[in-house]
Amino acid sequence: MMIDNIIMVAAIISLCVGALGVLFGALGLLRLGDVYQRMHGAGIIDTGGAGLILFGLLLASPDWTVSVRLVLIGLLLGLTSPTATHAIARAAHFAGVKPLLKTSSGAQTDKEADV
Amino acid sequence: MSLWFSIVLVAIGVSLLLALARAALGPTAFDRVLAVNSIGTLAVLAICVYGFFDGRPEFLDIALLYALINFIGTISVLKYFRAGTLGDHVPSEKHRDAP
Repeated sequence: MMIDNIIMVAAIISLCVGALGVLFGALGLLRLGDVYQRMHGAGIIDTGGAGLILFGLLLASPDWTVSVRLVLIGLLLGLTSPTATHAIARAAHFAGVKPLLKTSSGAQTDKEADV
Repeated sequence: MSLWFSIVLVAIGVSLLLALARAALGPTAFDRVLAVNSIGTLAVLAICVYGFFDGRPEFLDIALLYALINFIGTISVLKYFRAGTLGDHVPSEKHRDAP
């Protein structure tokens, strides 16, 4: 009984932190400066948010078959979302999208974007 | 426990709206593809959490399928951007971009 309560509290904490991660990742996706920076926000959604929410659901799962499906979804997202993000970055680079090179004060740095 | 699932669902919904705003605003096509990919991941999470919220975890099968289709869709759209075709036929020379 005690153990069940502890597991439920851990699941709730994990779900709430994952929801915060998803929110901040989407905020970064909306607010950041160019494609390569927005990939950072998408990465937070794909790793922090999805990982923590799926872990919270895994702790709250009633049956072992549900747990197996959750682990499969986690593995699939962990394999495919970095691949998709890498493919988007590579396609943007080959299409000639230049990254923003600015310091936090807004001044342009000396180095040009000749990547 | 159902209260917490509904809170997570609301957070995922707000994130979906933010990602949708980026997909509508995005200056380049790659911004839109990135936002649509994130919308797909958020939809997978929303399906999972809704299955638990409704007490029917069989929804996880749909989420698994959606994750697969999301990945394949992103890769094929990027391939279409680069090659101008999905591989059915060789495009004519005047439509082909320089490599």
